[in-house]
Amino acid sequence: MSGTYLGMPAFPAAAKEAVGNETLRANLRHATHTIRDKRAKAVAELDDWMLLREAGKRIKDHTLRHLDRYLVQLEESVTAAGGVVHWAADAAEANRIVAELVKATGESEVVKVKSMATQEIGLNEALEAEGISAYETDLAELIVQLGDDRPSHILVPAIHKNRGEIRDIFRDRMGAWGRAAPEGLSDTPGELAEAARLHLREKFLRAKVGVSGANFMVAETGTLVVFESEGNGRMCLTLPETLISVVGIEKVVPSWRDLEVFLQTLPRSSTAERMNPYTTMWTGTHDTDGPSTFHLVLLDNGRTATLADEVGRQALRCIRCSACLNVCPVYERAGGHAYGSVYPGPIGAILSPQLRGTGSEIDASLPYASSLCGACYEVCPVAIDIPEVLVHLRERVADQGGKGHRLEKAAMKAAGWVFDHPRVLAAGEKAASRTRRLHPSRLPGAGAWTNTRDLPKLPPEPFRDWWKKNRAQDRGKGARPAGSGTQGRDAHGPGVGGPNSDDRKDSGT
Amino acid sequence: MNTGSGSRERILARIRTAVADAPDAPEVVRDYLDTHTPEDRVVELLAENLADYRAIVHRAGTEELPGLIGRLLAERGARTVLVPPLLPPSWLSATPAEITRVEDDVDATARELDAVDSVVTGCALAVAETGTLVLDAAPDQGRRRITLVPDHHICVVRTADQVVGSVPQAMPRLDPTRPLTWISGPSATSDIELDRVEGVHGPRTLEVILLAE
Ligand code: SF4
Repeated sequence: MSGTYLGMPAFPAAAKEAVGNETLRANLRHATHTIRDKRAKAVAELDDWMLLREAGKRIKDHTLRHLDRYLVQLEESVTAAGGVVHWAADAAEANRIVAELVKATGESEVVKVKSMATQEIGLNEALEAEGISAYETDLAELIVQLGDDRPSHILVPAIHKNRGEIRDIFRDRMGAWGRAAPEGLSDTPGELAEAARLHLREKFLRAKVGVSGANFMVAETGTLVVFESEGNGRMCLTLPETLISVVGIEKVVPSWRDLEVFLQTLPRSSTAERMNPYTTMWTGTHDTDGPSTFHLVLLDNGRTATLADEVGRQALRCIRCSACLNVCPVYERAGGHAYGSVYPGPIGAILSPQLRGTGSEIDASLPYASSLCGACYEVCPVAIDIPEVLVHLRERVADQGGKGHRLEKAAMKAAGWVFDHPRVLAAGEKAASRTRRLHPSRLPGAGAWTNTRDLPKLPPEPFRDWWKKNRAQDRGKGARPAGSGTQGRDAHGPGVGGPNSDDRKDSGT
Repeated sequence: MNTGSGSRERILARIRTAVADAPDAPEVVRDYLDTHTPEDRVVELLAENLADYRAIVHRAGTEELPGLIGRLLAERGARTVLVPPLLPPSWLSATPAEITRVEDDVDATARELDAVDSVVTGCALAVAETGTLVLDAAPDQGRRRITLVPDHHICVVRTADQVVGSVPQAMPRLDPTRPLTWISGPSATSDIELDRVEGVHGPRTLEVILLAE
């Protein structure tokens, strides 16, 4: 995975910077609290939420267990419907395929729908190196692109910018990318959105090539699905002559009917709406309606490695709703940038170190960017046991020989950051004790693919106390730091990251 | 062209190795509800949820429909209206003659479409619980682009046979080989400080007529 931002400090350093930034923190607090409250209401409307959640989890687990079969079936269906399927083992190969496809059209610009997969592989930069301009068309992505910035949240990537900053970016930068911002642009969201509409409309109307990701791909029919709000997705998916979709292999689901589960759980978990304004479903090419050429690039880039880990593979169930970010006390303080990848928050903390490996300081520190309060697991619409995977990955970092020791030290600095910010932790523990009674001790099929595993228990002793005690000891003795390895796992309660007889899996748009 | 055929085999082999020792996954159980809404509530709920997401909801019988459509177009100040290939002819029979009918021409460019003020269509079905219209590009709806580029969309829903309660009830009635667009209110963004702004790129005004025949 080529998505590690260069010069990225490890989590603690980056987080410290964010904590010092009042604007960022206020924006994040407002955003995360607002969305999480709305989400709770949207979810409460459905009496059968827990059954939908369990069905979603099992659909994904089943698919991952037979991923080879479903990908081959998907390839057949897409091909039969007029599409062309490509396979990319890593970021470089995916970028090369897309660049060649664009060049073959004779075009030098593409319009893009927000897509985490293409951010993960650094597609825009790769296309730029080939002389192709890639224009982001989601409003937040446009703000990030014009500001030469990085996204900080899965759903609202520019949430770290306030309206004044956005106005300045539009005023100063839009002209260089196309239609300039109107004279005297104010900083009201309505006017800023209007400026974006005018700026982008010009691009949509002339675009010949669109690039997207997808939220789901249906093996039996070859249908791809994109959920969105602004209509930029519909523009990019229907107006160009050529459409290229880059999609992680874990996005496939077996049947058309499976969508009925995610069409209910994704919007409510993500934007906290009963349904997002627009969802587009297409199957290959459709005569005179929409692109006449459709390419699907199936992306591995670390996903098969993630699939091989029996605990960590559940991260591949992720449908990128971002609910776990909005309840995470550490994300709220640290901000999205501290996670050093396109996947911030709790899901980033378990996904990035698996997709990229734990060889770098940032990736080794990510599993420690958590108080293990369990709020992320509670809200996850596909029941990913994020705390369990975090503990498992801490163990992996601790077990790395040689440079592992250095990485582990960096990682422990991240943990130290978390625990030296008592408010972060207090918030986490409060959330945990609130949800504790909701933790069934056993849920059929929880965590792994078998029915045999107990749910991880929440630590009987507050994790912070335990950690302080152990860290103090470790400092005294120079022994293995707490929070890593079996010592740490046992010390804070049975079950967390406990025995598990299975493989694992992952996910993404 | 590079279709990455070497990678195809490599990825499939990696998957097989990765899950080789994994036990089978538990069966998918569909014990979630087929619907959350009693049959006799669906049309009311659809109207409520459409309005909640800022669609403008109207009701009409067969008799009033042409007059209502004509009035909505006139009030909007539309000078041109896009007409899908097989829109029931009566629907536009009371639309003022000075509002020009524009056929969907396959060769029309997106820029030409952008000059059209309004579009009138039917739909494939509507989902009450989510306040959603689903279009499937049938001849009374036309190609996807005609309901995307104009800024004003009037969509007619036949309440007798086009409204379902829930998403699970919608799925078997939809044909995935057709291009499908699910529309729940006009486009919106909350990207700036989470302040909701209605109407970004799709039609900024969505009017829905619930037609009781
Ligand atoms: S891990 Fe779960 S809650 Fe977090 S983004 Fe993925 S699906 Fe959503």
